[in-house]
Amino acid sequence: MQYLSDLLPWQFSPTTCAVFGLALALYVRGWAVLRRARIRIRSWRALVFGLGLALNYAVMQTYFDFLAQHMFWVHRLQHLILHHVGPTLLILSAPVPILRAGIPAPLWRLLNVPWVRTPLRRLWHALQHPLIAPVLFVGLIYFWLIPSVHFDAMLDTRRYELMNWSMLLDGILFWWLMLAPREAQGASALRYGARCIVLTAVALPQIVIGAYIALTTRQLYSIYAVCGRAWAISPMLDQQIGGLLTWIPAAMMSAVGGIVVIYRVLSEERRRLAPEATDPSGASAGAPA
Amino acid sequence: MRVRALAGVLALLLVGGCVQRQLGHHLTNVAGLVAPLQFHMNDQNGAAVTAADYRGRVVLLYFGYTHCPDACPLTLSTLADAISQLGAEGHRVRVLFVTVDPRRDTLPVLKRYVNDFGPQFVGLRGTHAQLTRMIKRYRVSYHYEKPDASGAYEVDHSSAVFIFGPRGQARLLAQTGAPASVIAAKLRHLLAAG
Repeated sequence: MQYLSDLLPWQFSPTTCAVFGLALALYVRGWAVLRRARIRIRSWRALVFGLGLALNYAVMQTYFDFLAQHMFWVHRLQHLILHHVGPTLLILSAPVPILRAGIPAPLWRLLNVPWVRTPLRRLWHALQHPLIAPVLFVGLIYFWLIPSVHFDAMLDTRRYELMNWSMLLDGILFWWLMLAPREAQGASALRYGARCIVLTAVALPQIVIGAYIALTTRQLYSIYAVCGRAWAISPMLDQQIGGLLTWIPAAMMSAVGGIVVIYRVLSEERRRLAPEATDPSGASAGAPA
Repeated sequence: MRVRALAGVLALLLVGGCVQRQLGHHLTNVAGLVAPLQFHMNDQNGAAVTAADYRGRVVLLYFGYTHCPDACPLTLSTLADAISQLGAEGHRVRVLFVTVDPRRDTLPVLKRYVNDFGPQFVGLRGTHAQLTRMIKRYRVSYHYEKPDASGAYEVDHSSAVFIFGPRGQARLLAQTGAPASVIAAKLRHLLAAG
């Protein structure tokens, strides 16, 4: 029973529950619509999408949230999931066609009204700009780790929610730009070579701030002593683990991203060469793409 | 690359600067950050009380337990010192001491404990649900350590003193180490502002 109650929200957030509920509903509806149209979708996609959604939800709306409020390193783990791992899973499940099929027709028409569509599209292009996206990605990490900003965010429920949602939304935007196939990205598609540069560029400042937090002998985040830690741990050890989480796995996600990008390049290449595979002559070298 | 290195250095300076600012003073303005005073509990005399019972007074809210070896007595005596510096105005201040160890802090224990610090000190004891609601509201935590051979145990808890104005609005947060004279000056200001 204890474990069941741990699954309940520590601090119930109607917004968070509504957004996750809506995403799940759209996905399930889209799945059903596509099935009825006899379009088969491989089940691993639903599994990966569900895992991504569940991970993000779990760190925001279960007892984990209490631990994240009262332990610096758990908070860093929470952001590693919201800003890196969770969005990566969501994007890798290629959920857009399914979610799109799940949007009811009247809502889709509303989204396509020019004065709704145009500003949304402009905003999207701005956020997907190859310079703005990485600056926003790293900037948010640095911003919420400024000690005085961090202090206020941990004290104020609204700032805390804003912090977590800004990380999740920015994570989805950034990893979409990095990991989605080029043909799915439309007008704001980014070349694969440029993605590798961006992935490297965001890893470096994450290493810098993570290493600084892990190695400094100063206590940077007093809020955890002020409001109490979740369990007994020395403040320096808490800070060092938090710094390591910001430093190593977060930066490693750039390597994971790089592997996905290489996979995209290879599969595009394979598709380009695919027609020749059926060519009985077997001649493929030097064939025009 | 040079731009990024420069940005990194700037960010570190910013981080460093903020640290210095926080270490410099032990009182933080938390108006608009911390929720207004609200709770349902019993006071040390067993009477059911809510925040409304303390309207018109400047309230200092602190979470602790009577078996606390160091932090609680130190903090409460600093607050008692600050209140005594207010003279006659001190009667418009209340310190609400919320026990995070209601099992050992029965009402008589709590009463004896808070009375030692002065008439402005109120002991608050709630059910598990009431206490949980309060620690969620003020985003604080407590945690029981393993009991020793005699069954005695320590409780890790927050060190913050939340200070509310006479209308129950959160105003300040005092951290460990805030001197009584500084707290007294802030309390005088809050009392004068009404």
